[in-house]
Amino acid sequence: MHGRIRTWGPGALVLLPTVLLLGYFVYGLIAWTFNTSLTDKHNARPVPTNHVGFENYVNLFGEERFLNSLKNLGVLTVAFIVGTLIFGLIWALLLEKGVPGEGIFRSVFLFPMAVSMIASGVVWGWLLNPSQGDDARGLNRLFSILHLNFLENPWWTGGSRWTTMASIALPAVWQLSGYIMALFLAGFRGIPPELREAARVDGASEFKLYRYVLFPQLSPIALSALIILGHMSLKLFDLIYAITGPNQFRTEVPSVYMWNTLLRSDMAKAAAIAIVLLAVVAVLVIPYVAYTVRQENEE
Amino acid sequence: MRGGWSKTVAVLGAAGLLAVSACGNSDDGGSGDASASKDVTVFTWWADGGEKAGLDGLVSTFATECKDFKFVNSAVAGGAGSNAKQVLANDLAAGKPPSTFQAHAGAELGDYIKNGQVDDVSDLYKEFGLDKAFPQSLIDNLTVDGKIYSVPANVHRANVVWANPTVLKKANLDATKAPASVDAWIADMDKLKAAGVKAPLATSKGFAEEMVMEVVLLAELGPDKFTGLWNGQTDMAGADVTAALEKFKKILSFSNADREAIDWPDALQYVNKGQAAYTVMGDWVAAQQLADKVPDSAYTYWPAPGTGETFQYLADSFTLPTNGQTPEGAKCWLKVVGSAEGQKAFNTKKGSIPARSDAVATDYPKYQQAAMADWKSKKIVPSCAHGAACTLGQNDSILSAMGQFSSGMDVATLQKALVAAAKPN
Repeated sequence: MHGRIRTWGPGALVLLPTVLLLGYFVYGLIAWTFNTSLTDKHNARPVPTNHVGFENYVNLFGEERFLNSLKNLGVLTVAFIVGTLIFGLIWALLLEKGVPGEGIFRSVFLFPMAVSMIASGVVWGWLLNPSQGDDARGLNRLFSILHLNFLENPWWTGGSRWTTMASIALPAVWQLSGYIMALFLAGFRGIPPELREAARVDGASEFKLYRYVLFPQLSPIALSALIILGHMSLKLFDLIYAITGPNQFRTEVPSVYMWNTLLRSDMAKAAAIAIVLLAVVAVLVIPYVAYTVRQENEE
Repeated sequence: MRGGWSKTVAVLGAAGLLAVSACGNSDDGGSGDASASKDVTVFTWWADGGEKAGLDGLVSTFATECKDFKFVNSAVAGGAGSNAKQVLANDLAAGKPPSTFQAHAGAELGDYIKNGQVDDVSDLYKEFGLDKAFPQSLIDNLTVDGKIYSVPANVHRANVVWANPTVLKKANLDATKAPASVDAWIADMDKLKAAGVKAPLATSKGFAEEMVMEVVLLAELGPDKFTGLWNGQTDMAGADVTAALEKFKKILSFSNADREAIDWPDALQYVNKGQAAYTVMGDWVAAQQLADKVPDSAYTYWPAPGTGETFQYLADSFTLPTNGQTPEGAKCWLKVVGSAEGQKAFNTKKGSIPARSDAVATDYPKYQQAAMADWKSKKIVPSCAHGAACTLGQNDSILSAMGQFSSGMDVATLQKALVAAAKPN
């Protein structure tokens, strides 16, 4: 008995603060938020609230503004993940070849990640100015100076949902591609050189080498990248807030909508939006966590 | 593996503890339990510029008038008050109200009244003689169920068009007086466009577009029906509203393409630089032009077309929170805010006009003198965008609808959203 406490005792003691803190501040507050989302607390009035079941959720999914924000989020996430993976992979491929001055390029590509999103959002807000022609400013001005006028566009202020949200994803892609590059580069470097040599000896072309030998080795990294980018995109708030302001229907995503709802003291509705957002993130993250845990157990 | 896990957990635990203790620290810093009952905590979002100067003016009057009390500044900067409102909501919810806080007079105050967070100050109006000093129409606007809950410090006018006479000359338009109606204004913009001014109207995102919509509605419906839009007495779904919104759509089509990407000072610069002829904005523009050293001759202003006989107002006011700290000191603050000296000290610096109708016009710059004359003689109507007619929640819905309208230009969708927003919540 005494011996058993000795084995798990210290571990449990070290774990205890975390369990308590996480239990209260994360899971306890999630439960509290969920509970709030089931009430009719739609203002700051000190009146007793009633449980109304899932009424807030039903109302949310019947509301054009919320559905619009969900669609925006979906498009943003796809544009952001695809863009970041493509640029990250291209840069990693280029650097993997061992160009001169690799360290410099690596830093240049990684640096944007060090900028806070609210700061880059302010600057991108200027760059993405929708004026065109003689009044063009920001990127449109650059296009017109380079005689690439056909590239001028209204960015997020006009066009379809895809062009709108792709414009919003652009700064995020700029910020995170370097990070994905670093992930892939580490992946390439982790592949034993023998594999390449063996493939070359067997007469594989460069394309076949990458397609059948190297890329399959990167798939766990690609999966991690996908999950990291996915949950970042789902929670994206500061960038959108800085570029378009708080009340922009065209670019509103659930996190911004939740903030607006909270500002008008509609706690129950804000809590419902938060829970929907949590569910969306959970759908993405839980299978991944389950998968990694299973893999670790196999090892 | 297990070793790795517990290490991670230990680090996370430590980080968690740090985060918690950090929160604890910042919590006490802000309001601070007033140990001495002489402290009057004044909560505002006036943290810099002319607003801060105005507040300082009030504070110096307070220091001489209310010697028994000490002013404690509790200003929260940023976001035109939206940050401050969030902080205030938390303090009020926690049962720790300041001695007095700033709020837009009118509907925006309505939320606090319904929440039972502010006290009736009608008695103070009688005691300080404010019921005589403020115009009756303002008092009517402030009164809710026979009670008044705040003391206005200043008044701004929202229905003002700022114009560039040099640009108007290009189309041979008379810069000295406003077009007689919205239709005449649209005709003038057509002429300006023909004369080579690509975007005759400069406007910007959010509340600036809302203000353009409001002046068109006000002109087309008249003051009484306009006021009724926001309190349920006028049908927002009516055909006259549809017709007015169609005109608003026409006017918005004359405006700059980058309107969703800029703020009102940028739009004002378009007018100053001659890229645009007009911008619709509240009269804080006058203070901005003074600060930017734009000469009087370079711009002109008149009430928005068709609204010459009305004064669309917004006002900052101070409240007496329920169970606030040092209520006697707060009452003294309210006395200063409502007094002739206090209003002069505040408004000459902030660029607004005093709410009292007995103020001396010669104490103020040129624009404000004209506004003060209008304040006494014109019909007073509330502004929705600035919280006099609409609550925060209503404005959130309306601003969202404005953003949608700015790109889609669909009047039916806009009107539907307005009908939903106008419903009292």
